[in-house]
Amino acid sequence: MTTSATFSATSAPSSASARPLLEVRDVRKTYHLPRGQTLKAVDGISLSVMPGEVLGLVGESGCGKSTLGRCLLRLTDVSSGQILFEGQDITHLSERALRPVRQRMQMVFQDSYASLNPRRRIGDLLAEPLKVHPGPDGRKRSRATIAARLHELMDLVSLPAAALDRYAHEFSGGQRQRINIARALALSPRLVVADEPVSALDVSVQAQIVNLFADLQARLGLTYVFVAHDLAVVRQISTRVAVMYLGAVVELGETDAVLHRPAHPYSAALTAAVPRPVVGAIRAAPLGGDIPSPVARPAGCRFHTRCPFVQGRCRAEEPALRRIGPSHSVACHFPLAEG
Amino acid sequence: MPAEIAPPMTAPLLDVRDLCVSFPSRGRMIPIVEHVSFTLGERDILGLVGESGSGKSVTAMALMGLIDSPGVQITGSALFRGQELVGMPQKQLRRLRGREIAMIFQDPMTAFTPVYTIGWQIDEQIRAHERLSRKQARARTVELLAEMGVPDPARTADRYPHQLSGGLRQRAMIAMALSCNPSLLIADEPTTALDVTVQAQILDLIRSLRSTYGSSVLLITHDMGVVAETCDTTLVLYSGRVAETGPTEVLFAHPGHPYTAALLASIPPLDGPRPHRLPAIAGAPPAPLERPAGCAFAPRCTYVHDTCLPAPPPPLVPTGYDPLAAPQDDATAQVSAAAPSTQPVQFAACVLPAEGTPLPPRLTYSELSAGDEADATGFPPSSFAAGEPH
Repeated sequence: MTTSATFSATSAPSSASARPLLEVRDVRKTYHLPRGQTLKAVDGISLSVMPGEVLGLVGESGCGKSTLGRCLLRLTDVSSGQILFEGQDITHLSERALRPVRQRMQMVFQDSYASLNPRRRIGDLLAEPLKVHPGPDGRKRSRATIAARLHELMDLVSLPAAALDRYAHEFSGGQRQRINIARALALSPRLVVADEPVSALDVSVQAQIVNLFADLQARLGLTYVFVAHDLAVVRQISTRVAVMYLGAVVELGETDAVLHRPAHPYSAALTAAVPRPVVGAIRAAPLGGDIPSPVARPAGCRFHTRCPFVQGRCRAEEPALRRIGPSHSVACHFPLAEG
Repeated sequence: MPAEIAPPMTAPLLDVRDLCVSFPSRGRMIPIVEHVSFTLGERDILGLVGESGSGKSVTAMALMGLIDSPGVQITGSALFRGQELVGMPQKQLRRLRGREIAMIFQDPMTAFTPVYTIGWQIDEQIRAHERLSRKQARARTVELLAEMGVPDPARTADRYPHQLSGGLRQRAMIAMALSCNPSLLIADEPTTALDVTVQAQILDLIRSLRSTYGSSVLLITHDMGVVAETCDTTLVLYSGRVAETGPTEVLFAHPGHPYTAALLASIPPLDGPRPHRLPAIAGAPPAPLERPAGCAFAPRCTYVHDTCLPAPPPPLVPTGYDPLAAPQDDATAQVSAAAPSTQPVQFAACVLPAEGTPLPPRLTYSELSAGDEADATGFPPSSFAAGEPH
């Protein structure tokens, strides 16, 4: 962690590095639909994120990865369970009590254009969090401090300082995402949750932004929860990966262990289904069927309706996420790999 | 430049020559697509690949006669079975569209009308082109849906678009497109809105169409993985111009244009070692009016030098890749079998081949694993810089 003085203001004492920065304990988010139906978007997830690591949340649409990402920052309130940030239970903190915590946890969204107010200059948008939150000394930041910080931020995301006087529409998608990242970093957060931050970008620009995320992480000692459906992007950036299916984590482990030696049949199918940009790569037969509606989740193992290895027990009994290696867990009765 | 592409033995199904599309804006014409030429043979799958704004969708819409923006200028030629599509009267086009040339779109939700059932809409399409009773049309619809792998097709036909999942809607859309047995199917980002496991199913389906329906497919996508897996031939567009074209296996193993090479290198690999940094391409594609006089890729190219800059843009020339001279693996061996003459198969709009300095071949994953990470990308180290912000 080579953190410069400017960014160390909020970094915690070194003893904290042994404890998780973020802990999620049996979090559930249930939406109540008309006609008494319930949608369990997040269905009992427990995991922890250590300081300085990047946890990738992957899964297909409707698996609950974005909802979980929002729950982590209390942008969406959970139905039950606990969220601990820096050891503090933030699950039921009031908005007011949450405000100082919010400085240390920020979010980057997928739609770089919708995230920026089109009628305000970039400089004003970036200054807003610096005006709302007091400085490290507990006092309001001076105009000069804010101006200096804005220039630092532009430098951090490799944009010219002239960008501060312009409007969102004057930038390309990649540049706008740089601005969103700069805004998320304005208050020197420890945790950044990025929800599909590169999926709206073209491949050639996507690589720039993925590199930027990696650089900033190394430079500022940031911790990311990186939500994305693109496995290749997640692999590039993540230390660990959590594979989600219908609201639950089905596999969790070191990135390459999960992607190259998957223990859950769903992780295996997901990895195999990604078309490789190489001719002659032989792809396994695709998974049949569609993802079931999260409103009518299958009983037993949630994946059993599509699993090529389904057995009787899978239909009746839901497998719990269990440890199969030092840092590898899987929710499957018959995992493909051990450890 | 089109004359340099050798004419195939038999007349192709679709022969596009020098297609240009410009839209008027504030008193000037903005060239969106410039001099695009390609041919598509019977039962071939051609991939039209490029980033957003590269003109791939506009090319397809122009072929279908679906651009009716006032003042639009479409020049060049597009021969479909010898009939000129450019400038064809709408009445004549309408007979061709749906029956001979069908199109599937990215978003199957907006392509169907929400107020009629899927079955009703497919019936209507069949009855618009063929004299069939409602009953006969519905029987055909159900049969088509079944062939597309839709479970319980008779019941699905009675459902409204919003009641189906994205994958089922896309299957229904493909069923509708195939209802009149078209010889050409234009698929515009058919899997982009789908999840990856469902995408794999739809790509398998599209690949099977040529044997079951004898259809040729023009597949428009931004995903190089989809192209590698699906297409026989690939055409890379950059900023409205053709950057490179060739048989897919040749183009992926030996990219002839620095843009193709850089694009392939910038995709994070899922297998093999993980590069420390992705070799990103600096900058962003130019807007149509800001295209450089010479090569449109020059400002972002690692190989840029004096000859790239002056107008006109470099023409498509053979890359010099000779499949007979270098049959190294199975993929290239297939190519040499398909093209027994030494006729060039791959063309790039770049000055490098003509100057005798073609690009080195792209490294495969197994080669990547053998080398160390710094060399793992097969791209010159200068491109490792974070790149200009864009």
